[in-house]
Amino acid sequence: MSLPFLLSVLIAGALFGFGLSYATMIQPEVVLSFLRFEDFGLLWVLGSASLLTMLTYQLIPRLLKKPLVAPSFKAHAATLDRNTLVGAAIFGIGWGISGVCPGPALAGLGAGNWPMLLALAGIFAGAYVQGRLMK
Amino acid sequence: MPAIDVLFPLGISQYLIGGLFIGFAVSFLFATTGLIGGVSTFFTSTWSFVSKWSYFNRENFVSSRNWRIVYAAGLIIGAAIWMLTAGEAFQTTVSWWQLLLGGFIAGFGARLSNGCTSGHGICGIASLQVPSLLAVLIFLGAAMISANIVQLLGGV
Repeated sequence: MSLPFLLSVLIAGALFGFGLSYATMIQPEVVLSFLRFEDFGLLWVLGSASLLTMLTYQLIPRLLKKPLVAPSFKAHAATLDRNTLVGAAIFGIGWGISGVCPGPALAGLGAGNWPMLLALAGIFAGAYVQGRLMK
Repeated sequence: MPAIDVLFPLGISQYLIGGLFIGFAVSFLFATTGLIGGVSTFFTSTWSFVSKWSYFNRENFVSSRNWRIVYAAGLIIGAAIWMLTAGEAFQTTVSWWQLLLGGFIAGFGARLSNGCTSGHGICGIASLQVPSLLAVLIFLGAAMISANIVQLLGGV
């Protein structure tokens, strides 16, 4: 992988981490207050991020023949099967227990939220067990 | 407006602006590298460095494991930049068992589902993928139920 490619990924990740922090999504308390119907702000985060991305996912391939530092655009390919739906339900249960999902678990560390190490350990362990159950 | 205060007691600007940053991040990633910016695959592909188990060494994990680590590092760096400029350090008071157990279950589920709030949520909604839209509805519903049960059981 070229340096411009890795730098682009790093900048994108940093913008993502900055946005998650700005949106207070690295505070599990805020996420839990959404899931308990006390503050619906999370919908603005999901909504504004998704809508902006919806626009650019449509526009960018029309404006650029290929990505600036890579040969081709990847397609988002989710499959409609049992694992996708059952996995989503299991993910939701865990998300509701902790108020933490994978992005904020990482970003939280950068903002000094050390207890997120526990969530990260849990996510890594959960991903490991899931992988070991697959062939 | 009182109705707005009830729905959004902390205001909406931080949510809106933070969300736009996130959307810009995922858009920037796509424009420069063509990649789809989900986060949870990182937690599977990184195992390929230390495990010989065939699943972790699938082509899609091994070929993406390097950039996914850089992406994860970027998330941490971006939050650190936020802390040093716009914000301040924050530590959660959510109980250790909630973080560990919830993390484990969420990690298992996100990988089984092949996506989380970023992959199915932001990227999936943005590309109007039916499986992702269904996954989002399911995980939002499940999370609302479990978050309320945990509260009844005395969790933070």
